[in-house]
Amino acid sequence: MSKIDFQVPAIEEFTETPKIAVDAMAHSRPFIAAPAHQEALGFPGELVEDWHGIAIGKMGELISKYQSLPVFLDSCVKCGACTDKCHYFLGTGDPKNMPVARQDLFRKVYRRYFTFAGKWLPWLVGAEDLTEEVLDDWYNYFHQCSQCRRCSVYCPYGIDTAEISMAAREILDEVGKGQKYSNEIIGKVHKTGNNLGIPERALRSTLDDLEEDIEEDTGVPVKLPLNQKGAEVLLVTPSADFFAEPHVDGLIGYAKVFHAAGISWTLSSYASEAANFAVFIGSYDQMSEITERIRKAAEDLGVKRIIVGECGHAWRVAYNFWNTLVGPFDFLDQSYPIPQHICEFTNDLINSGKLKFDKSRNDHMTLTFHDSCNVARASRMGEVPGGQFEYPRAVIRACCNNFFEMAEDTIGESTYCCGGGGGLLTDDLLELRVKGAKPRIDALQKVRKDHGVTHMAAICAICKAQFSKVMPYYDIPMTTIVSVHQLVSNAIILPGQNQVDSQEVMKDTEID
Amino acid sequence: MAYELNGESYDVDEEGYITDISLWSRELADLIAEGEEITMTDEHWEVVNFLREYYEEYQIAPAVRVLTKAIKKTLGPDKGNSGYLYELFPYGPAKQACKIAGLPKPTGCV
Repeated sequence: MSKIDFQVPAIEEFTETPKIAVDAMAHSRPFIAAPAHQEALGFPGELVEDWHGIAIGKMGELISKYQSLPVFLDSCVKCGACTDKCHYFLGTGDPKNMPVARQDLFRKVYRRYFTFAGKWLPWLVGAEDLTEEVLDDWYNYFHQCSQCRRCSVYCPYGIDTAEISMAAREILDEVGKGQKYSNEIIGKVHKTGNNLGIPERALRSTLDDLEEDIEEDTGVPVKLPLNQKGAEVLLVTPSADFFAEPHVDGLIGYAKVFHAAGISWTLSSYASEAANFAVFIGSYDQMSEITERIRKAAEDLGVKRIIVGECGHAWRVAYNFWNTLVGPFDFLDQSYPIPQHICEFTNDLINSGKLKFDKSRNDHMTLTFHDSCNVARASRMGEVPGGQFEYPRAVIRACCNNFFEMAEDTIGESTYCCGGGGGLLTDDLLELRVKGAKPRIDALQKVRKDHGVTHMAAICAICKAQFSKVMPYYDIPMTTIVSVHQLVSNAIILPGQNQVDSQEVMKDTEID
Repeated sequence: MAYELNGESYDVDEEGYITDISLWSRELADLIAEGEEITMTDEHWEVVNFLREYYEEYQIAPAVRVLTKAIKKTLGPDKGNSGYLYELFPYGPAKQACKIAGLPKPTGCV
């Protein structure tokens, strides 16, 4: 399990387009979901006998349900603009990881069964039958797409490979060929309220532990309330924030911000998860069911606002889909954004002078910021266009003295995926994850060299877990990745905290 | 897939986690550790035992921070950090140590 059985790509100063390596990743496929994981979500346990008929039927349903899908399938002119834009292609050289080729796996079947030319002259228009081989190819290569949408930024028609990949996975689930990682996790959320399966008592105990740690560190009794009725804010955050590092340092940061601002808040054990893996498998029904937990928790607890913690795809789902899925949220206070991102919340407090920082407490670090794909390309933040890029950076700048950007074509809306998004953050895809991280690692390594960058901050639980896992393969310490609110946590001066303390920290840091 | 020990067979999932956690034993843990290229020392056992106790109490593996804190208490402050745990379990204290302790694999964005 801990052995490396693949070649880690060499870091380049600028990411070059690799030589084509046909079928280089044909062997890469995640574990298939067990019957129990499939059936818990209402999917068939294993490949059904009439998989062909069901798959084509489902494809027909999807192209009539989602207007975007046939537009994306019909409008590609094979211009090639997308070919070198996917991090998985750049990291593996496998031509099927070129976005257009990935789309074509789906498009050729669509053409065969749903277009006039494809029905009568398939050889002329690249139309092909759906065979078991094609289905296997779908399984392999639609699980080599992290649905990050970088290719769509460069496509002159705006074709979104992520939507095609979601549709393909939806069909795969429908015929009984689902992915273990995502489907097992979705089942856990339905049962326990979170991806990890943390029961309420364990969650409370973990939060108690954190309260103890914070008080020990700061002398201030910062609370992490759970199921607190009548709190003003419900915070939903990825459950990795309770469990993993550096995620938990971000959670501590949120708690300190709420404390310093004097705004009452609570977590919910019923909705102890912001993540919504149903978006990865394209299932509207599953996505609704998971979101409904958040709505119910907010209503039961009687909160006025919902704030979402550092989670990329959760923010996509929250910002774009919550209202459609389970809205309207008319029981919340309408004078605040519904939902609101934690970075927007913290940034507003900074702008109104409600938070005090001692930036020198982060002087041992030189930061850069990794834009997470779902936040960067699939959502916004606040009132201003580009707020999703500006707010997290504004928060970092407010609490850090040393900050450098990575190359322009690797950040903002051009950001590279971490390599583990879209339901691919699983050990059975480790090779893909390591190779897919290469373009980001190239850019990071350059600022490490040029500017002495020591740490990279992110606002997504997947990015954080992915980088801590794959960075060591490139000889970069796993602790290089940090949470944005971890920086906040380091620098914030809590009310009641001894000012002399912070002066001493400053002095210490200077001496260091 | 299965582990074979003293003529008994123990089923595991695709990633080598035993499927019936009630069948775990110290001998089986040694065998799982061997497959992970880990030789179990007292320090390894300290972690594995804590994981099992915690699981018994809460039906879930402890958060990494909870684990490091517990290890800090028993093995001293220089060992109460995740760096030390990674030395013991190079593939990650949460996943690899859970596997050896016979607990289910932590899932999610971890």
